[in-house]
Amino acid sequence: MPALLIVATVFDAGLARSSLELVGAARPIAAGLRLDLTAVVLGPGPGLAEAAEVLHRHGVGKIWRAAHSLLTSGQTDALLPVVEQAARTAAPQVVMVSADTVGRELAPRLAYRLGASLISEAVEVGTDGHAVVAKRQVYGGRAVAEEAAASWPVVVSVKPRTTDVPEPWPVAGSVEDLVVSLDEASLATRVREVRREQADVGLEDAQVVVGGGRGLGGADGFKTIGELAAALGGAVGASRPPADSGWVPINWQIGQTGKTIRPALYIAVGISGATQHVAGVTGSRTIVAINRDPEAPIFSLAHFGLVGDYREIVPLLTAKVRELKGA
Amino acid sequence: MDVVVCIKQVVDPELPVRDFAIDPSTRRQVREGRPLVISTYDEHALEVGLQLKDRHGGTVKALTIGPRAAVGDAVRLALAMGADEAVVVDDPRGPDLPGVEKAAVLAAAVRKLGRADLVLTGCESADWVERVVPPLVAEALGASCVTFVSTAEFSGNGLVVRRLADDGFHVVDVRLPAVLSIASDDANRPRLPKVKDIVAAKRKPVHVWAMADVPVTSGDRRVRAPEVQGVTIPERTAKCELLSGDPAEQVATLVQRLRALKLL
Ligand SMILES: Cc1cc2nc3c(=O)[nH]c(=O)nc-3n(C[C@H](O)[C@H](O)[C@H](O)COP(=O)(O)OP(=O)(O)OC[C@H]3O[C@@H](n4cnc5c(N)ncnc54)[C@H](O)[C@@H]3O)c2cc1C
Ligand SMILES: Nc1ncnc2c1ncn2[C@@H]1O[C@H](COP(=O)(O)O)[C@@H](O)[C@H]1O
Repeated sequence: MPALLIVATVFDAGLARSSLELVGAARPIAAGLRLDLTAVVLGPGPGLAEAAEVLHRHGVGKIWRAAHSLLTSGQTDALLPVVEQAARTAAPQVVMVSADTVGRELAPRLAYRLGASLISEAVEVGTDGHAVVAKRQVYGGRAVAEEAAASWPVVVSVKPRTTDVPEPWPVAGSVEDLVVSLDEASLATRVREVRREQADVGLEDAQVVVGGGRGLGGADGFKTIGELAAALGGAVGASRPPADSGWVPINWQIGQTGKTIRPALYIAVGISGATQHVAGVTGSRTIVAINRDPEAPIFSLAHFGLVGDYREIVPLLTAKVRELKGA
Repeated sequence: MDVVVCIKQVVDPELPVRDFAIDPSTRRQVREGRPLVISTYDEHALEVGLQLKDRHGGTVKALTIGPRAAVGDAVRLALAMGADEAVVVDDPRGPDLPGVEKAAVLAAAVRKLGRADLVLTGCESADWVERVVPPLVAEALGASCVTFVSTAEFSGNGLVVRRLADDGFHVVDVRLPAVLSIASDDANRPRLPKVKDIVAAKRKPVHVWAMADVPVTSGDRRVRAPEVQGVTIPERTAKCELLSGDPAEQVATLVQRLRALKLL
């Protein structure tokens, strides 16, 4: 059978969550198009064997494993030729890539090198039995475009955190090592340094996120909501204005350009609810909005709304949460 | 340093939702009667190019694919901000062509312009948000590629750039020629042209090329675009419970609701 190839990475803490999300998105496509579910898993070395087992446990049969010290976070120019090598070996009908930092560079470039069809930034992907079909958010989250590609191979990039991690579905599998030859001197781009932000609870993986907007008035407002987030064991995010104004690091931004989140609980504070922000939070299970303007569009999206000044409401809520957690 | 900045003209992306409509025949946003602007991040890309020119000299050229009759405002703003000249690849569907096709035309147009050390784009177009144009232009030109860059500075024979990443920031060494896609940052806030810049812009050259005059090769056009089967406006069904009472009462009710949902 022809193959569907997933691009999976192991850069530090085991198999990337977005790689596992891809497996979930890929399973119905592989079934619908009768493709073998395969993967190439790349990284500097540690954790690759365990990652292959996790992939087998979730339905991936054949795995190509690529270990090299240059296959690290952000090193697109090292990862791309190895993924291309895997794709030429597996000759897949469909290649699936996570649209993360590396993937959004890698997917179009891979499609170019393979002479493939390209679907970019899918938030939903499946098949009608003949083509790969995908949905994408367009026009600042105001509309959804449905795209189809049936001219093989197809490279699809899938936005991280737009699907849940799949349930296990163990299959028998095999692992084959790819012979990787990379020459550091020939790389067109080289990551010199990785500067981490918000390492404690990653915004994208937190079960609770408190987001702050322009309505917080400045960096101090983020201390107020930071205390609420800490009491809830969650992470802090932001809309675009606080990120653009330097009140918070720019990669705290949630939305169309920023991150997509799907926590159990999202609390939006001083955020009006522009479609570009909403685009990143619709996967949240419960949404609470705190805003002093009862007409703010965020209230048409939220499940619970509190109308008032956040400087009054948030400290009260923080105290209540602490009281409950302390009890 | 010779820089080309790719700018797209879009309907103002922050227009109220009620002014947004899809034309079912084109499956794209209705543009007629709406204010048109330079796509948000393309202005930041212009700013990055102009800052490099301010510090190190060279030229900045603005390049757009769009209908010549409509793109005038976008082009004039780019020139008033400080671009030296502009090229319009005249095509009525320009802004709405598939990303794959635009990338091929932009790559060919850059080649036709002659020397370019650096091509800058926005990190995503404000309307179509495909994020495919910059890496595809890089492949077609055989140039380096880094996306979501906030700052760029010279270092040795190349550049050192800051890339916005999932795990923080990456400081990346980049060989030239390069294609960078630019994300917004405090350091690249677009400049506002002064009156004298607006006047001076009127004398700057604007070249209009027909699509047929841009020699796109089969090497530029390797990727196939998906078929757009529909563009729909999703219905929002969530109904919000506005909690009543003073702040303390609202908070008490919220805590009850969250506990009932086992979120607390
Ligand atoms: C191409 C493009 C991409 C974009 N990408 C993103 C993105 O990824 N993420 C994103 O968030 N935005 C994005 N935007 C910007 C988006 O369009 C909005 O401008 C932005 O989301 C507005 O942020 P805000 O809600 O914080 O600010 P505002 O719209 O100014 O809202 C502030 C809110 O705070 C409330 N408020 C004020 N004071 C208080 C108080 N004391 N207590 C309680 N409430 C108060 C006000 O009532 C108001 O509703 C993008 C825009 C474009 C064009
Ligand atoms: N019609 C166009 N003319 C010039 N540049 C464009 C055009 N369309 C897209 N671009 C460039 O490509 C970037 C990314 O667009 P996209 O791939 O649509 O997200 C934009 O920010 C622009 O810099």
